[in-house]
Amino acid sequence: MITTSDIEHISWLAHVRLTDSELKEYSEKINPILEYFGTLDEVKEDVDAAHHVLDLYNVWRDDVPSEMLSQEEALSNAKEIKDGHFKAARIL
Amino acid sequence: MITWQSVPETKRFIETEGAAEAVHRCFERIKQNDFNSFITLNIEDALSVAEHASGGRLCGVPIAIKDNISTHGIQTTCASKILTGYIPPYNATVIERLEREGAVIIGKTNMDEFAMGTSTETSYYGAVENPWNGRCVPGGSSGGSAAALAGGEVPLALGSDTGGSVRCPASFCGVVGLKPTYGAVSRYGLISYANSLEQIGPMATTVADAALLFNVVAGYDKRDSTSVKKQFDTTEPLDMKGMKIGVPGEYFGEGMNSVVEKAVWNAVYSFEDLGAEYKEVSMPHTKYSLAAYYIIAMSEASSNLARFDGLRYGHHAEEGDCHTSFSKTRAEGFGDEVKRRILLGSYALSAGYHDKYYLKALKVRTLVKKDFESAFKTYDMLLAPTMPYPAFKLGEKIKDPLSLYLADVNTVPINLAGVPAVSVPCGFENKLPVGLQLIGDFFDEKTILQAAHKFENSTDFHNRRPGGE
Repeated sequence: MITTSDIEHISWLAHVRLTDSELKEYSEKINPILEYFGTLDEVKEDVDAAHHVLDLYNVWRDDVPSEMLSQEEALSNAKEIKDGHFKAARIL
Repeated sequence: MITWQSVPETKRFIETEGAAEAVHRCFERIKQNDFNSFITLNIEDALSVAEHASGGRLCGVPIAIKDNISTHGIQTTCASKILTGYIPPYNATVIERLEREGAVIIGKTNMDEFAMGTSTETSYYGAVENPWNGRCVPGGSSGGSAAALAGGEVPLALGSDTGGSVRCPASFCGVVGLKPTYGAVSRYGLISYANSLEQIGPMATTVADAALLFNVVAGYDKRDSTSVKKQFDTTEPLDMKGMKIGVPGEYFGEGMNSVVEKAVWNAVYSFEDLGAEYKEVSMPHTKYSLAAYYIIAMSEASSNLARFDGLRYGHHAEEGDCHTSFSKTRAEGFGDEVKRRILLGSYALSAGYHDKYYLKALKVRTLVKKDFESAFKTYDMLLAPTMPYPAFKLGEKIKDPLSLYLADVNTVPINLAGVPAVSVPCGFENKLPVGLQLIGDFFDEKTILQAAHKFENSTDFHNRRPGGE
């Protein structure tokens, strides 16, 4: 059973601020979903985990530069830029 | 009655009237229908490209693109407020391949926000109407692409399928939609939701057109590390005589509409008439697919969507330090369902719960894949309903997320296993289309497309149109 304070903690981890009414609503609607996910406890066979379905291990390429975005293109959608860089809020 | 044009018919129209006229007619129809199937129309650019169209397998043919596929210079929003105004500085590989073959991009289609949904009701740009009944959903998440096809707005469209998002709307709108084998079509430029599950998929009004579009977009791309080095040719005809078809009983579960069930069995008998043999088969881990799928999809979503912080692109809310600014940006930019999946995914990956949910789901994926591998040792193809029922009413399920998730019960096992599947029309219930799902072995798109083509030729469901009797 997930509590309102659990949701509050996860929303902090996930960088999504929630209002009090959202916290309450998500707590109510998430519990039946988690209960449904719990049906997997019935599966007892222990097999390898499949992170994806392909027979791929490492995929290599030659270490040579190829086509890339220009600095101008990379910055073209940013709301705030300064001296050719993305401008971010302070960290501390 | 709405009229549709297949790709060969569109090409004949272009020969006499010109590609610009074909494109012009698409825009007229979109305006007239008003289904809300598009988020962005590419009017000026499309008309100019059409006027200069000069070759390729899709020379001058109009196509609609789902709004989570990056298009250079054309707004790409994923139907989210957080990406409103975002103009990609590069093309997805599939767009490069379409342009190389002369296709004309009409615009970007409406969808569930970040492809998270089964009804196209979670779009920031509003819900899409089903052309067969305006009070019903078109299915999702590629609902705009399917409605554009069923509404006769375009002859071709691209969608993306993470857990059924091409096949569900194809089924609900009475068109054809293919989920290719994982790795068959490059995901470069597809804005990720759950990248171990999703594929870009062709959608069309006939199987032949869907196969043509698949042949254009499929194939190895070094920019997608999960792209496989294979060549695809689905054009070689298939002899149905002696073909072995499996019908998995688990796909006819609780809550299945009886008319849908009957339509699918009638389809099985049609294949028998065409010379195939069928047997019922058991896929014992099917019942765990839905829970495993949602755990994996949500976990990957919580990681993939971490990139949307308003710093480099999209909606940006300024307040205090980085953490506060990001949290506010994401609170304002993401819709309800996206937030729910990010929260659930973060929870499933968090300390103490990782093994119970995420690791367990990955193990179930292995078991589901084994079910398919075992079935394909005996059978050439599996047949099942695409959706357990026809299109439901707008607003009917959206307030109860779990009931909406349960609608995906027959489509998600295919994404977990990575095999290909195509949905084709196989009947009607209450004047709404019903979809048949043909499931193939890994990289065997040819068998399911050729079989679907034969089925289409032996039935007339694909000839019916919204508004017709």
